Amino acid sequence: MSDPRKITRLIQLMGLAGVVLLFLVPVIGSRALVQDLFGVLTLLILAQNWNLLAGFAGLVSVGQQAFVGVGAYAMFACVILLGMDPLVGIAVGGVAAMLLAIPMAFFSFRLAGAYFAIGTWVVAEITRLCFAQWKALGGGTGTSLPKGTTKTMFGVPEIKSWLGGSSSAASDALTYWLALILALATLIAAYLFLKSRMGLGLQALRDNEEAARSVGVNPTRLKAWVFMLTAFGTGLCGALLFIQITRVTPEAAFSVLDWTAFVIFITVIGGIGTLPGPIIGVIVFYFLQRTLADYGTVYLIVLGCLGIAVMLFARRGLWGLFTEKTGIELLSLRQLPPTENQAR
Amino acid sequence: MIWIDTLVQGVLLGGLYALFAAGLSLVFGVMRLVNLAHGDLIVLAAFVILSVATALNLNPFVAAVIAIPVMFAVGWVLQTYLLNRVLGDDILPPLLVTFGLSVVIQNGLLELFSADSRKLTAGSIEAESVSLGGVTVGVMPLLTFVSAVLVIFALNQIFYRTKLGRAFRATSDDREAVGLMGIRPNNVFAIATGIAMVVATIAALYLGIRANFDPSIGPARLLYAFEAVIIGGLGSLWGTLAGGVIIGVSQALGAAINPEWQILSGHVAFVVVLLVRPRGLFPRSKD
Amino acid sequence: MEPILSTHGLTAHYGDFQALFGVDIDVRQGETIAIIGANGAGKSTLMRAITGLLQNAPDAITLRGEGIGALSAPEVLERGISMVPEGRRLFPSLSVEENLLIGGHTRTGNGVWNLETVYEIVPILKERRDHPGTALSGGQQQMVAIGRALMSNPDVLLCDELSLGLAPVVIKEIYASFPKIKERGASVVVVEQDIGQAMKIADRVYCMMEGRVTLQGRPDELSREDIHNAYFGVAS
Repeated sequence: MSDPRKITRLIQLMGLAGVVLLFLVPVIGSRALVQDLFGVLTLLILAQNWNLLAGFAGLVSVGQQAFVGVGAYAMFACVILLGMDPLVGIAVGGVAAMLLAIPMAFFSFRLAGAYFAIGTWVVAEITRLCFAQWKALGGGTGTSLPKGTTKTMFGVPEIKSWLGGSSSAASDALTYWLALILALATLIAAYLFLKSRMGLGLQALRDNEEAARSVGVNPTRLKAWVFMLTAFGTGLCGALLFIQITRVTPEAAFSVLDWTAFVIFITVIGGIGTLPGPIIGVIVFYFLQRTLADYGTVYLIVLGCLGIAVMLFARRGLWGLFTEKTGIELLSLRQLPPTENQAR
Repeated sequence: MIWIDTLVQGVLLGGLYALFAAGLSLVFGVMRLVNLAHGDLIVLAAFVILSVATALNLNPFVAAVIAIPVMFAVGWVLQTYLLNRVLGDDILPPLLVTFGLSVVIQNGLLELFSADSRKLTAGSIEAESVSLGGVTVGVMPLLTFVSAVLVIFALNQIFYRTKLGRAFRATSDDREAVGLMGIRPNNVFAIATGIAMVVATIAALYLGIRANFDPSIGPARLLYAFEAVIIGGLGSLWGTLAGGVIIGVSQALGAAINPEWQILSGHVAFVVVLLVRPRGLFPRSKD
Repeated sequence: MEPILSTHGLTAHYGDFQALFGVDIDVRQGETIAIIGANGAGKSTLMRAITGLLQNAPDAITLRGEGIGALSAPEVLERGISMVPEGRRLFPSLSVEENLLIGGHTRTGNGVWNLETVYEIVPILKERRDHPGTALSGGQQQMVAIGRALMSNPDVLLCDELSLGLAPVVIKEIYASFPKIKERGASVVVVEQDIGQAMKIADRVYCMMEGRVTLQGRPDELSREDIHNAYFGVAS
């Protein structure tokens, strides 16, 4: 049983079973559980995107809330101003976030190193303040989705007749499944991307920019692509989040704490620059939040301290520690033949 | 006339922002550290002043004199036991550690002092004003601006005229070679952060007297400060003052047109300046 | 006479790569030692180990009998060893004068070296005192680096590759100042690739190859052939 490859196999099977179980939650679980897990999954999506950005492309953005907010507002605009189905609004939200990423990248890429973080943060603030001026969507006080929108959303009646229960429960189930699919799709897309030529170039860049440049990797263009793609994923997630929340305000949609700070801690604690990291991180986060729910902001302090401790003592987070101690690797990106892997 | 008035108010506001930023500018100049907790450390300093003032029933100006060595020690300890351990070629660890610190300080203050708005009361001086060539300005904003100029002048003197400043510059140039001169970079960094916290305390004093504060306002102040540092040109202290003034004036002008545009105008000015001058107004060296 | 500075079976590693294999050298009071050898022979590594830029076992390096192998660079300086590092490493943000002053930042020792006496042996530096250190010519920069190392009045002065990248005339000028430095009492260790120059100034010579000392002796005792063999490793 001490053979890492056997354990790896076992964990992979458990993961697969877990995914199947997760798909069944709306059928067998309570509505509260569905809502809880929806929150977890959306945070996971945001964390996966930020991990790609900061952990693999070296772009430490503190402005991801801009994409969540724009995604949310674009979806609201589609529903309220154009009378579209919210699900179409999600797609529009993703595209809108990607469009915002273009000028944002153009601007923040000028700022070297750590100042990139400040640049993205400022752009997110500007975006928030601009959306607070959009009177048709409630200006600074925000607005709600029209009553019943989510109940008549594409697919909800069918789910309702299939699962039974209320329309609200059916709409929760739908958004839950969408979040699950999006999380899985992000994970698979990230894996395939990092294994692709572009992804290898990206990792080469992280290790040695000069060398990567000399073999024909264009750092700026590559990073810009990652920035845009993760903006798309983050925008989709933002729109999805606010279908479930049904009410949008500039403060909530562009919250740096909810959509960026948590996400950063989740990724760092789980293991930045590793694919399983955000998954581990989001589980830790969820249990911390539940355990310390009665102590006000204490869990934020604990979270901050954990993040600091990880950076001091284990830069690859919990997953990195685990891999180091056990030799078990999942979704490994290393280009080594398995025998050599075993020899370590 | 109203425009001149707005302009003057903006310049004076810029003084406050320059005070927020001066410590950041110093720390970046010496060790290339981008401290995301700086805003929260300013708020922490404001609470230290408040606590001292309340406990000993002192005027905040006197309380600040007591708070200054306390905050110097906070900075020194922070650098020695935390930040020095993550400084290096990788920009990620220091960013994430200071980000974590920001959240910890913010919520620690929230636990200790609640979310209530506080204010430092300095007595009648708060309401006094003087006339400057036809424009009436408050004594407090004027005092803030004068303090900012003095602080930046003093920092410049330290940086370019003292033995300590020589060590700052040399350490910033070549961390290994200064060891051969007998200089311990970690000590130099600890002193620099200590000084940055002294400046943060002065900033906190004016912040707390001029407006309400609560534990959550740090990050917004951090952004103004960083904007001032960046558009002033990294590592240039006078540039930081100029940057602060630009943000202050933009905010004042924006607010004069539409009160909702105050903050937005400041941010937009930051973006515009950087689009025109990517390295800021007065870049010190080719970083 | 007891040596002032010695290494005893000194080893050094860069990660998995071993750069020094048991190096023993002795430096006596007032002596000038030249360490010669090809690129990658371990000369600079030896200098870095002595000055504390590389850590070692405490007793691998002794200064007046005290083990200093595990000390940091500032601690080594405080005990009286200073170095002119390879590539000069002047501070670009500091003027010529400040570059000199920072040499005496933590230790000024009790010796003759101060701004005045350094300017005396290199008057051009006084003229250029307010220029940025890196705005001078290569030879002048090297003199600033030497002056900087003297400002702490060291008992042992280490000079790493003084002639690297400089014209022969300039190298000659730099070494012309050495008698003045020696006459004020310090022991000097120079690392040199220029064998002729090393032979001229040294009391004793160590030749290194692949991390080991392959030859040592007084310049007049050593034949060209010995040196050639020790330098290039031709089997003798």
